[in-house]
Parts: sequence; C-alpha cells; structure tokens
Amino acid sequence: MSFLSIEPIRLLLYLVGIGAFVGANAAYLVLAERKIAGRIQRRPGPNEAGYGGWMQPFADVLKLFVKQIMVPPGADALLYRLAPLMVMAPPLICLVTVPYGETLVARNINVGLLLVFSLGSVNVMALMLGGWASRNKYAVISAARVVSQNVAYEIPMLLVVITLLMITGTMDLNEIVRQQAGGFWHWNILFLKANLLMPVTFVIFFICMLAELNRAPFDMAEAESELVAGAFTEYGGMGFGVFFMAEYSNIVVGCSLATVLFFGGWQSPVPIALLSGPLWGPLWFLLKLYALVFTVMWIRWTFPRTQFYGLLNLSWKILIPISLFTLLLTSVQLKVF
Amino acid sequence: MKAAFQELFCGFMSLLTGMRITLGQFFKPIITVQYPHQTLKMPARFRGHIELVLDPVTGKPICTACKLCERACPSFCILVDGAKLEGQKTKSVTDYKLNFTNCSLCGACVEACPFDAIRFSKEYNVVSFSRDGFSNMDLVKGLEEKQKAWTQERPAPTARDAAPPPDGPAAEPRPAPAPRQEIS
Amino acid sequence: MIAQKEAPSAGPSGEAPQETFVLNLGPQHPAGHGVLRVLMTMDGEWITKAEPVIGYIHRMHEKMGENRTWAKFLPNTSRIDYLSAMHYTHAFVGAVERGAGIEVPPRAEYVRVITSELNRIASHMVWWGALLSDLGGLTPFLYAFDDRELILDLFEGICGARLTYCYYRFGGLCNDVDDDFLRGARAFLKHMPPRLKLYRDLVTNNIILRKRLTGIGLISAEMCRKYGATGPVIRGSGVAYDVRKVEPYSVYPKFDFKIPVYPECDSMARYLVHMDEMEQSLRIIEQALDQIPAGPVMGKVPRVLRLPPGDYCYAVEAARGRFMVRIVSDGKDIPYRVKLRTPSFSNLSLYEEASRGMILTDALAMLGSLDLVIPDIDR
Repeated sequence: MSFLSIEPIRLLLYLVGIGAFVGANAAYLVLAERKIAGRIQRRPGPNEAGYGGWMQPFADVLKLFVKQIMVPPGADALLYRLAPLMVMAPPLICLVTVPYGETLVARNINVGLLLVFSLGSVNVMALMLGGWASRNKYAVISAARVVSQNVAYEIPMLLVVITLLMITGTMDLNEIVRQQAGGFWHWNILFLKANLLMPVTFVIFFICMLAELNRAPFDMAEAESELVAGAFTEYGGMGFGVFFMAEYSNIVVGCSLATVLFFGGWQSPVPIALLSGPLWGPLWFLLKLYALVFTVMWIRWTFPRTQFYGLLNLSWKILIPISLFTLLLTSVQLKVF
Repeated sequence: MKAAFQELFCGFMSLLTGMRITLGQFFKPIITVQYPHQTLKMPARFRGHIELVLDPVTGKPICTACKLCERACPSFCILVDGAKLEGQKTKSVTDYKLNFTNCSLCGACVEACPFDAIRFSKEYNVVSFSRDGFSNMDLVKGLEEKQKAWTQERPAPTARDAAPPPDGPAAEPRPAPAPRQEIS
Repeated sequence: MIAQKEAPSAGPSGEAPQETFVLNLGPQHPAGHGVLRVLMTMDGEWITKAEPVIGYIHRMHEKMGENRTWAKFLPNTSRIDYLSAMHYTHAFVGAVERGAGIEVPPRAEYVRVITSELNRIASHMVWWGALLSDLGGLTPFLYAFDDRELILDLFEGICGARLTYCYYRFGGLCNDVDDDFLRGARAFLKHMPPRLKLYRDLVTNNIILRKRLTGIGLISAEMCRKYGATGPVIRGSGVAYDVRKVEPYSVYPKFDFKIPVYPECDSMARYLVHMDEMEQSLRIIEQALDQIPAGPVMGKVPRVLRLPPGDYCYAVEAARGRFMVRIVSDGKDIPYRVKLRTPSFSNLSLYEEASRGMILTDALAMLGSLDLVIPDIDR
C-alpha cells in the first residue's frame, strides 16, 4: 500500500474523490432542496422516481442530456461554451485545500484561504461572460446585476475574513481548524475573548455568502421571474445543467469554508477521545457542513426576494460599516487582551 | 441613529421568527393526498356530470323524454329523444346525449326535471379515448352497467310468477322517485 | 427607497427618446395575474410608460346576457371573477329580485352573507399567496391554500362545486345548508386566528416584505377618485368607502364590523387592508352564525320570470371592490342589457399613471398589490 503515499497517486485519488464528492453533492443536493422545500410546504417533494424519490437526480440528468444544446445565432461561440466550464472549475479547485479530516486534505496549501477567495471572483466573471455571450438583452441586464451584487458583497466578506485572519494569524485552513481544538467553546464563533461580536461576524459572513452564491433572498440573477430566466436564458440542456451543478457545488464550498472558519471544521464538539479520531473527523465535518447547507435551503424557502437596490443598500450601508466596526473591535481587543 | 439600530435589530428578529415558523412546518406531517395511491371521497352533493336515474322497481330509466332539461340548459348541451313503447302510458327515453365539453355543471337541468330522473354523478376522473366520449356523452349507454346489476339482483321470473296477481303492478300507483343517494 | 425618476423628455418629433426600449410583459408570464399584457417603455430599469393591454380573455358575458333568460345567466355570473363568485352571483340575483319584487326569506339572506364572507376570505388568501410568489417567497402560497381548502370543502358540501358555485337562485338559495356546514364554519372560525397570526409572523412583520412594499406604488385618494378605483385600493389610500356600509344590502346592517382604512397610500397599506378584511370577515361570519334563523330558503318566484320594463341596479362589495350589475328589462323573459361594472377594470386603469417613473420590480409589486383578476377586467 506504500504506492498510495506516492504524491502523484495520492493527489490523483484525492482529485477523483473530490470530483465524485462534488458530482454526488450537485446531484443529490438538488433533490434535497426539492424535498426540503416540499416538507416546509407540507407536501412530500419528489417521491415517485424510486422510493422517496432517490432516483430523481438520474431522471433529471437524463432529461438534460437528451436536450439539444443550441448555440444562439450571433453568440460568441467560444465564450458561450466556455462559461459553464469556467463556472464549474472554481468549486473543484477550492475543495482541494479544504480539510475534511486531520489528514484528509488534498493539498494543504499554506495560503488556502487566499486561494478560495481569489477563485470566488472567477465565478462572477464566468456568469458575466455567459450572460454577455448569449447575445440576449435580458441576459446582459441580469449579468450586469450579478456583477454589481457580487462586488458589493465581496467587501464585507473579505473584511470578516481579515478579522478572522487577525485572530488566527494563519491562512492555512488545516491550521485554523487545529486552533479550534478542545470542544465547541473553543470554536471561532464563540471566541468572544478576541471579538465580542463574533456571532455577528458569522451572521455577516453567512449573509455575504448567500449573496455571493446568488441564493434567495438575493437571487436576482436566476429567479428573476419578472423578466425571463436571467443570465441562463439561452442555456438549455446540459449547459444549464452545468450551471445548476456549479451553483450547488458553490454552496458546498461556501458552507465548508464557514464550517472551517467558524465551527471548528473536523473537530468534535466534545473533546472526549471516544468521539475524536481519524474516522470521526470527516463525520463531524460533514455533519456541520450539511447543517449549514440545510440552513441555506431553509432560508430560501422562507423569505421573499429583496429588491435590487435594497440588496445593494444592505451591503454598502449596513454590512460594510458593521464589519469595519468588528474589525476595529477585534484589533483593539487583541491588543488589549 | 438609535432608530436605525432598532430597525436593524427588529428586522433581524423578524427574519428569525419567520425561520422558526417554517422549521416548525418542516416537522409537521404532510397534508397533500397522494393521488392516485390515495383518493378522496366525494361529498353527497358533489357535482360530477349528470347521469340518468334507474327506477328500482322497473329497472328502466325514470326519464320520460319531456325535454324540460334540454330547454333549461344555458349552454345547449342536452339532446333527448324518446319514444312510447307498447303498453306504456308515457314515453321513455331512447337517446340522451350530453355535450360535456360545454356543460358548466350549473344544475339547471337537474332542478328543472319534474321526475328527478337525472342527478349529478360522483365521477371526477372521467376519461375517454376520443373526443366523442366527452362531446357526445351517451347517458343511456352509461346506464347499462347499472341495469345489468339490477337484473342480476332480481331472479328471472318463472312461468308461475309471470301471471300477474289480482292487483298487479300496473294498478299500483307509481312509487315516489328515489331520493338522491350518495354513491361513493 | 429610490424616489421615482422624472421621465426623459420626448424627442423633437414627439416619439420616445432614443435611449428607451420597449419591454413586453406578455400575456403569459410566471407572475400569477392572468392574461394581462403590459407594454412597458423603459429607460434602463425605470418605466417611462406602462400601458396595459387587455382583452385576451374577453368572453362576451354581457352579450351572453342578452341571449339567455334570467335564470340561464346564473352560471355566467360565477365565471366573471371566479375567485369571488358568490359576490357576483349575489349582485345579479339581487338586481333581478329588486326588479321583480321577489322577497328573500331571512335564512337565505344570512346564508348568503356567510357564504359571501367565506368567499371573500378565500379570495384574499389567493391574492396573498399570489402576491408573495410574485415577490419570490413561494411558501406562503401553499399555507394559504391549505386554509382555503377548508372553505372549499365547506362549499363543496353545500353546493357541490369548489370554485364556480352557482349557489344562489332568485328568491333564495338552490338548497339549504346542512348542520355539517354550520359546524364546519364554526370550526373554521376557531382554526383561522392562529393561522392569521402565522401569516403575520411569517410575512407581514418580515423586514424584507416591509422593505418591498412600504413606500412603493403610491396611489393618492385623488387618483382613485379619478379612475373609480374601489375596494382595498381606495381603502389603502385613506378613504373609508365600502359598499357594505355606504349602500348597505342584504342583512349587513345587522352586523357590527369595522372597515379597515390605512392612510399611507402605498402597497403596504393595501396589503394591510386585505389582511384586516379577513379578520373582519371572520367577525361577520361569527355574528351571522349566531343570528341565523330557521325557516325556508326559497321565496315565491313565478315559473316564468319576467321583469317589468326598466333599469335595475345592485351593487355589492366583492373581494376586489365595488361590483355592480345593471339590468335593463323590456318586459320579456330575456334581459335587454346586462351591464357588469367590475372593480378590477377601474383598479387597473390607474396603473399607467401610477407607475410612471417606477423601477420595474416595484411596478410589479404594485401590480400584485392591486389585486387584479384579469377575467374580471375583460369579462
């Protein structure tokens, strides 16, 4: 088994694993969303395709595959085809550096946090290119809105991350998790000694994450039922399927990041030896991850959409001042205590 | 300044309240009926398409083709035809066609009938292979099943039973029309 | 909140300035209004002119009224505005009763009021669900329909239909209500207040909804008067106009209920008027159930109904506003003219003036708050 520790083989296996994880998540999170939506609305959700609807993702994928992919006339052929790929690549790359367990990380880059955030912007660019390349005025309007929304919400998110960086002192994601060892009172969300408003910081991070993911209540790009379908108007069949998969993969990445930064990653909430160990690590990580994913979906089915200017007002007028304040507070507290 | 913070805080709490409500609903049982695995029972006065009523004594439709329903219909859906058979005082219906594609289920025909010869059925999943099944719904044909069931319930008369008793059925007054019954 | 923008001035030949484009909110769209087409001339995100185009579901009810006897027109009345069918049948039946001098027994009047108010609640629930799904919150629609099922089951128990009832007849009702209905109505009265509290907590107090509706879609009382808008539109602009109080009909004078009026003139005011109206309807139903007398439900009606020649009117407060029927009889058993004055037509006609300079999302939120049913506009 020693050949497994040869670096290229190990990396390859990890990449295959991550690809499988992302694929399975993209497929089954769609089903999970529909079932959660159903249960919130007191109905069962998809339950005909297989017992409890477990084969529904296969039915959806089959349907998307058999649809003809038409490139609209006059559209930029290269960019139109490139946009879905550009949207799908960042989540795959980001997950390379996320630690699933103590030793379960594909490549523990010591600037892992920076990598994740720099790739987050590629996502926006891909949506904009997809909208522009479709040569459809509704898609262009929608793409422009997406860009402005994402730019507005990256700022408070990065301010929150800087706050955390001041506390942790490192960008290495595995190191950040290791610092939160010892039980849930050591998790960063409850690290009040460094920042009295830490839960508020988490809430700001969560709201910004929802806006970056274009999820309700900030889903102007996709659920713009007032116009047409927004940035994805001209995409059909598997092209649209890839955008959809990328959205759910981005949710997984965003929630993994939140878990690692605030909730202790793979650390067990109770520091007893029985519940910690090489197998427990991934289990805790996945539990926390899916709890956050459930919250993201729960929020979508509870609230109406904000207006576009309401969304921007929230970011520029409310979230940025508060996150600047928490930044200052943290620096003061770190200096004093 | 203070008002802004208050609004922010109250707003945030309202979001949490909303989330609490939907989470509560998440754990409650589902309320939809999973058709076709489960079906609902139609109430007594449910308005399905109309059907002819069978006389339980004679086993024939009560309808005498008086055409009052045809005249009462606002959508001109009904076409009735009847003929007087031998030995009968009144006409009996031979042909009753309903154009269900135009019918608005208003009940004017049911109310207009002086003999209570038509009533609403309880059928809600009507199906047919051709347009005719709806635009030319044959209600006399639809009665065939019930007529068969009626003849099966009564044993065939023997030669002794064939001779009418002194005060035979023809002398009896016609029985009151059957009350509208629920058919589930 | 973004203030409304001044419309860019027209070019030298009077056409729309070059930077505007025309957006067609087509007759088919995901927003749950019906087949309404709105031609919007837009300057970027702002609307310079929003012109509603109607007629896609014109079914010639008024013409049908000239070709059918009085009784044969009854199914049509339910289909003009199918969400508040009882009110519309009430108006027509009331007009004919006024013309022919038919007495309606008191029990029938009470049942008419109970069923009308239940229908009002059901209609407001549909409005609420549809408004929220326009705004992006898809869940409350399902909650509203869960409660609406109770009302529809009650109606199915008495007249067999769930949407287009055709329950009233000249002189009373087609059949009496049974005890199941009365018990079911009381159970519904007990069931609703916690549900209304749920609606309040989940939606009305929600900060996102408040930001979406407060200060949006200002319609002054003067504009309402100019266009003849009635119902929650005018009551959300500060004018206490409700046909049940201004021109009382049926047995409404016997009940004690308030008319909710909000002076803010914005979409939130109209929203709150609708929600309060649901509570007031529950009050009316409770009082009616307490006061309902025993007795017949059908008065004396001649076999072939002929009205003396003349004009007869009857106005009701339907779920959307003032619905009035005017019938002109020339002595025959077929009307000479049936005129239907529908509330949604007047409510929509102010949309063009009110939506000038609004941003698109706000204009659509305002359209939802006007509570339009397009078949009601087109008849």
